[in-house]
Amino acid sequence: MQALTSRAKPVDRKPMTFLEKLYVWSIFKGMMITLRHLFKKKATISYPEEKRPFSPVFRGLHILNRDEEGRERCTACGLCALACPAEAITMEAAERLPGEENLYREEKYAAKYEINMLRCIFCGLCEEACPKDAVYLSETFAPSNYQRKGFIYGKQDLLIPNPKDNPGEYWKAVGNRKANKEQSN
Amino acid sequence: MHSALLAIDLFLVIEKLVLIVGIVSISLVIAMYETYAERKVAAFIQDRRGPNRAGPFGILQPLADGLKLFMKEEIIPNTSNRFLFILGPCLAMLAAMMTSAVIPWGGTLNVFGREVNLQIADINIGILYVFGVVSMGVYGIMIGGWASNNKFSLMAALRGASQVISYELPMGLSLIALLMLTGSLKMSEIVGQQIDSWYNVLYQPLGFFIFLVCAFAECNRTPFDLPEAENELNFGYHQEYSSMKLGFYLFAEYINMFISSVVMATLFWGGYDIPFVNDASLTGMGNWLVLLQGLSLFIKVAIFIFVFMWVRWTIPRFRYDQLMNLGWKALIPLSLVNMIVTAAIVLLKTNGWKF
Repeated sequence: MQALTSRAKPVDRKPMTFLEKLYVWSIFKGMMITLRHLFKKKATISYPEEKRPFSPVFRGLHILNRDEEGRERCTACGLCALACPAEAITMEAAERLPGEENLYREEKYAAKYEINMLRCIFCGLCEEACPKDAVYLSETFAPSNYQRKGFIYGKQDLLIPNPKDNPGEYWKAVGNRKANKEQSN
Repeated sequence: MHSALLAIDLFLVIEKLVLIVGIVSISLVIAMYETYAERKVAAFIQDRRGPNRAGPFGILQPLADGLKLFMKEEIIPNTSNRFLFILGPCLAMLAAMMTSAVIPWGGTLNVFGREVNLQIADINIGILYVFGVVSMGVYGIMIGGWASNNKFSLMAALRGASQVISYELPMGLSLIALLMLTGSLKMSEIVGQQIDSWYNVLYQPLGFFIFLVCAFAECNRTPFDLPEAENELNFGYHQEYSSMKLGFYLFAEYINMFISSVVMATLFWGGYDIPFVNDASLTGMGNWLVLLQGLSLFIKVAIFIFVFMWVRWTIPRFRYDQLMNLGWKALIPLSLVNMIVTAAIVLLKTNGWKF
């Protein structure tokens, strides 16, 4: 039969000689290989102390954004929920009452905003769909949890810290990516 | 005269007791840290880091492992033979610990004007004693495998027994060649000869190699770990064991490894002699010299233990027929040839090189 590729090698089926039967030489060669590996750089990353840098376009947990005065940007238009291919987002809208202008940017806001992180595929379509720049994906991923309900993130989990009350936490949550984006804009 | 013979030398008893306790605890601690070293060596060979969470560099890992084994539920199978089931690991441990009695761990210490020999029993058949005790170790495997009342365990035990017995033959034959050179079975005398002249490994390289291979087989280490071949026999002879009884079996393996390294270092690599140094010129150092010599023995042993692990994580397990072929068709003829050649040379030498 003709060989399929030029790389095919016939198998050597000669009976082993006495020296080969002792396996000593091949064992020695193998041991030299493992000895070399002993001094190689380790591939392991000691995780909690040392973290692998994420790609600049990494799509992690969602963040509900606020504007410069600390007002929620979301108007509960539902475009993100509509764009979501995994149907992970649900929300309930409410009307802004007089006196709440410092809390919500527009007349309508999301009274309830939930993302099921088990359903979410982190595609980022919600971020693209949002007309108000209210939702974007951060550089962290969902921490593990023992229960499913722990993965349904409500508004208190998603909202970014208020830049007026807590600017340090706010900028930490904004992270590198958003800062870079704003610089480039 | 008779009363002097019968009187018990209390100091001798205390001295020997201290020695026994010391050596037993040292070999236990070494066996403990062998488990750690094994995991580290395995990890480094596989480009990993190994245990590094318990204490600095994972130093406390053996303690954590031991604690885990103690906390586990102890299961004795219903259909097993209870007495033998418990006897198995005991025997394995006992046989592993007993060998260290005849090893010369160092020269003679001078403690408060009293000469203390760093050897528990300097008997004149030291090597025979080692061999007798080491071959007792197979009873631990046999009894454990039989008492478990499990066919895999039994098969593993049979394999273990036949393997250990097959490899004891070339081991003994390679040793005969060595004994023809030394002319003594006394461990301390063999070491003494090596301190005065060259190491035995220079006269008996092939004998040492055969001894090394057989030591791997005797310790049931890879590539000869057929008795616990996980993929064929699940877990081998200790499959039904749990908790510390399993721990004892695993521990006995590590102690065996330590002891066979010590025996190899003693017989072939000069025992407690410090290499490249004339020990006789250093007698002025007194006790420090003795301690240095002990340290040099332990360094040799550490190198051997590393070789054991290095081989384990390099070579895959032999098939059973390959194992038997290697033992009976390669190692025994080789060691026989080695023995005959040595015998001829020794004969010529004693005849004054006259043919």
